[in-house]
Amino acid sequence: MLSRLVLRAAPAALRALPPPVAVGVLHTTRPLHTTRQSLAPVPPLPEKGGEVRHGLIPEEFFQFLYPKTGVTGPYMLGTGLLLYLLSKEIYVVNHETAAAACILTVIVYAIKKFGPEVAAFADKLNEEKVATAVAMKDEAIQTLQTAIEEEKKEQWRAEGRSYLFDAKRNNVAMLLETNYRERLLMVYSEVKKRLDYQVAMQTLKRQKEQDHMIQWVEKNVVQSITPQQQKESIAKCIVDLKALSKGAHAAV
Amino acid sequence: LPSAVLLKDMKLMDVKLGQLGSWLAMRDFTPGGIMGAIRRGHSRYYNKYINVRKGGLGGLSMVLAGYIVLSYMWSYSHIKHDRRRKYH
Repeated sequence: MLSRLVLRAAPAALRALPPPVAVGVLHTTRPLHTTRQSLAPVPPLPEKGGEVRHGLIPEEFFQFLYPKTGVTGPYMLGTGLLLYLLSKEIYVVNHETAAAACILTVIVYAIKKFGPEVAAFADKLNEEKVATAVAMKDEAIQTLQTAIEEEKKEQWRAEGRSYLFDAKRNNVAMLLETNYRERLLMVYSEVKKRLDYQVAMQTLKRQKEQDHMIQWVEKNVVQSITPQQQKESIAKCIVDLKALSKGAHAAV
Repeated sequence: LPSAVLLKDMKLMDVKLGQLGSWLAMRDFTPGGIMGAIRRGHSRYYNKYINVRKGGLGGLSMVLAGYIVLSYMWSYSHIKHDRRRKYH
């Protein structure tokens, strides 16, 4: 709020002030809300808060009075105000003043002595909190990274699907082939069996016919040999035998 | 580059002294407006002095000093009787 006054004092060229009208004119370079503010990412916290002098008065007050009164201006103002309050007894000095003086002395002494230690302790607590949060964030990022790599590996594995399917297709084709060949063999053997049967049938039939014909011829021949012929043939055989025996006797 | 802004949207430090009365009359004094003003003021102070990484003593001590001053003003009417002189 006071810093804007500093900005106003700077452009000395803008001295020509228009008469007061209902529409005022801003002599600043501060842009109005023209862009929509977005909530993310959240800007980080500022490192240090606004400057405060003596723990009570913001620095902007000193800067506000600096152009007109220099460095000692605010202190003179403070002294003058204090004397005015005391002399007119707007601030009354009573028992509470003594109590306040003692308390303030003790407080100021304690702050001056233990301030830095307490500040360091609070900073350490903050650091630990931030460290755990950052550790969690890093761990989350790490797990996500490993998840990403695993996913990529799975994708690479999935690319090998085509090989798997080719192998399976080969298997199935081989099964079909073997089945086909088995059936072919079976057909061949069955057909051969039937043909062999037919061949065996034919040879059997021919053999039977031959045997039957031979038997029939023999039977007929035997039947045709009359008793008379039989005697003649036996007599001839005996004559032949005698002739032969004579010949053999002679040879011996 | 000066830009024309309506009187009621200007901030307090940019209002000229002559316009102060009309500016004050145009402010929002409904309960919602007052709560909004309190909220804005609180968030400004909070974000400037307390909601920082290395906050200092000033943030808290200014609030306490303001409370001390306010309570002195409220109890002035009976502190008056402790005055040492009647006429100043």
